[in-house]
Amino acid sequence: MSAPVLILGARSDIARACAHRFAQAGHPLVLAARDAATLEADAVDLRLRHGVTVDCVDFDATDSAGHGAFVDALDPLPAVAICAIGAMGDQLESQRDPVAAAAVFRANFEGPALILGELAQRFEARGTGTLVGISSVAGERGRASNYVYGAAKAGFTAFLSGLRNRLARSPVQVTTVLPGFVATRMTEGMDLPARLLAQPDEVANAIFRAVEKRRDVIYVRPIWRLIMAVIRALPEFVFKRTRL
Amino acid sequence: MELSGWGRYPRIKGQLHEPRDEAALAALLQADTPVIARGLGRSYGDSAVAAQTVSMRHFDRMIDFDPDSGQLVAEAGVSLAGIIDAFLPRGWFPSVTPGTKFVTLGGAIAADVHGKNHHSEGAFSAFTDWFDLMGADGRVIRCSRDANAELFANTFGGMGLTGIILRAAIRLRRIESGWIRQTMIPARNLDEALEAFDETMDATYCVAWIDCLGTGDNLGRSLVMTGEHARPDELPPERRARPFDTPRHRDIPFPFDLPGFVLNPYTVRAFNALYYRMGARKAGDGLVDWDSYFYPLDAVQHWNRLYGRRGFMQFQCALPLEGGDTGLRRLLEAIARSGAASFLAVLKRFGPQTGPVSFPMEGYTLALDFPMNRRSLALMPELDRITIEHGGRLYLAKDSRMSRETLRQTDPRWSEFTRMRHEAGLDRRFASAQSQRLGL
Ligand SMILES: Cc1cc2nc3c(=O)[nH]c(=O)nc-3n(C[C@H](O)[C@H](O)[C@H](O)COP(=O)(O)OP(=O)(O)OC[C@H]3O[C@@H](n4cnc5c(N)ncnc54)[C@H](O)[C@@H]3O)c2cc1C
Ligand SMILES: NC(=O)c1ccc[n+]([C@@H]2O[C@H](COP(=O)([O-])OP(=O)(O)OC[C@H]3O[C@@H](n4cnc5c(N)ncnc54)[C@H](OP(=O)(O)O)[C@@H]3O)[C@@H](O)[C@H]2O)c1
Repeated sequence: MSAPVLILGARSDIARACAHRFAQAGHPLVLAARDAATLEADAVDLRLRHGVTVDCVDFDATDSAGHGAFVDALDPLPAVAICAIGAMGDQLESQRDPVAAAAVFRANFEGPALILGELAQRFEARGTGTLVGISSVAGERGRASNYVYGAAKAGFTAFLSGLRNRLARSPVQVTTVLPGFVATRMTEGMDLPARLLAQPDEVANAIFRAVEKRRDVIYVRPIWRLIMAVIRALPEFVFKRTRL
Repeated sequence: MELSGWGRYPRIKGQLHEPRDEAALAALLQADTPVIARGLGRSYGDSAVAAQTVSMRHFDRMIDFDPDSGQLVAEAGVSLAGIIDAFLPRGWFPSVTPGTKFVTLGGAIAADVHGKNHHSEGAFSAFTDWFDLMGADGRVIRCSRDANAELFANTFGGMGLTGIILRAAIRLRRIESGWIRQTMIPARNLDEALEAFDETMDATYCVAWIDCLGTGDNLGRSLVMTGEHARPDELPPERRARPFDTPRHRDIPFPFDLPGFVLNPYTVRAFNALYYRMGARKAGDGLVDWDSYFYPLDAVQHWNRLYGRRGFMQFQCALPLEGGDTGLRRLLEAIARSGAASFLAVLKRFGPQTGPVSFPMEGYTLALDFPMNRRSLALMPELDRITIEHGGRLYLAKDSRMSRETLRQTDPRWSEFTRMRHEAGLDRRFASAQSQRLGL
């Protein structure tokens, strides 16, 4: 039997596309999300289309005290864990309301980092496994329009980088995914450049290949590597005047 | 945003909604302006286009499959491509399929699509057991031959004007391989083609490709192609162990709009002649994989860009058996005379009509593409007139320009449908640019 894949934040559009991609290749799935009962329709669909086993489990990333028990309950321990959890929040609200900002930090940084950290311990002890964290190009440089989200993603990206560095001599692989714009619930109604807008399927394919090839960092679309290199290279006195 | 059908004409400004669940969908029906459902937008004209259009793309889950009966229950946005991906390897195939697999269940039901097996097995409706329909009040009712039978019947061919299909139960066909045994019969003219149809009535699949620029003795020059699902013992020995493995087609993207002048009568004539000669050389039996057989055009994504930004249209009529041959001849003559380039021309034999507004009628159907330009538009009224004179009708899933008068003269059935819609209050909730143009 193929290696089981755990998908955290399984209701996300990118996560759903990943579920289909891995199920298509025959991997059994564990779908984890808040209010897991509502994932059942997706689970039925995945089982019917791909003939794999699919389990749904409750998971709240902000409940860090519960992470240990959550991982203990996974049987078997998955071979691959993909974390798609994230929340954009509303930048203006985050500026005004520290509670809102803290929720964005938790959903994009604290929660995802702690659960992947927990899984890393178990994978390391077992001596195999792949951890995939979906971060964002928004974490590459803080911009006025979404720096609370961006800062949380920057934290998550740094965490994944450190984890990868720590586990470099173990067989455990850590993959950072830095998507650009993706057409999902998160970006619905936003006015984004159509030429740069990826579909969730495209992200899922890129993640599938990255897991197969044990890649460290992927941008989904190579053009973003270039765009972000330019944005990172802008001197601060120029950057601070931009409206990106 | 601007929305259009596959022919990219007309383009209509409007809002595209993408609800994720029934509640969000029902909420859209509360508004004052009517809405129309949209599947994968493979209808050619303005059937799935309105000021308020509702994409069904998030309703894309399969719900149940019964391997004894072959019954699949799935949400309306599930595509035939998705069904084939999932079920062909297990020995199942859609019982009726149009010439592209990128259509949804909702679109297939709303147009009551036909395949190459209409003469032998009927339209999509023949294999649909039930569907759930959201009506004008946002309530969902199950329609079948036994329950809400009238609404059930009116929805096949009803072009989304009876409500929004949420999920449906369809029966798949058992197959033993992913290959089609094809027989190619070259016909020098229309008479020979129709004769070939008569002789192949018991073939499961049958279609003719017509070179509609042939004139005189060559009028209606065509390749008639029949097909049967191959059994494993009909495959070459090396394929028998894995009868469902067929070559994966790589998608060839068509990345840009061709300038309109590339497609002119000369290039099309040359293409047609070449196609005919290649086909005639291949006459006889052959094995073809399911994708090349049913969906040759799907290999080129966005091939509709071939016609440039102005888009194109398709003329598709059905003519009754009686006098159908004369009607076809007159249509082909008019097309040849006009010199309007037609890239694709397909002729099929239809079996009996089923349902109050379903398109097919016992007889023949002819479908041709035309670039959107003045010459083509000038030709259409003439083709309409020939259709009217021969008791034929036009296919709404392909129409983008017919007049109310033409609809009235070709298909009086719609007046009853319109009355039904008004009485049920459906006309205030569901309307497309097409239904408004045609007064449905
Ligand atoms: C290359 C090509 C080949 C084709 N060959 C054939 C053929 O051989 N035979 C044939 O019959 N047709 C053929 N067609 C036409 C096509 O099969 C029909 O137009 C079909 O309806 C398209 O399905 P769709 O999902 O794209 O629907 P759309 O084009 O999006 O919508 C078509 C109609 O269905 C309605 N609709 C869609 N979803 C729903 C829903 N959930 N509830 C209620 N109404 C809904 C829309 O309102 C609209 O009236 C072909 C089209 C192309 C592009
Ligand atoms: N879309 C883009 O353009 C884009 C670009 C770059 C990076 N990304 C990243 O890609 C990932 C997937 O996002 P998406 O685009 O697919 O958007 P999405 O559909 O909004 O998915 C985000 C998911 O995170 C889940 N989530 C949020 N807080 C959670 C918590 N505390 N515990 C558990 N789950 C929680 C949400 O679950 P609920 O359903 O329960 O709310 C939701 O399913 C995110 O990390 C996002 O930041 C997206």
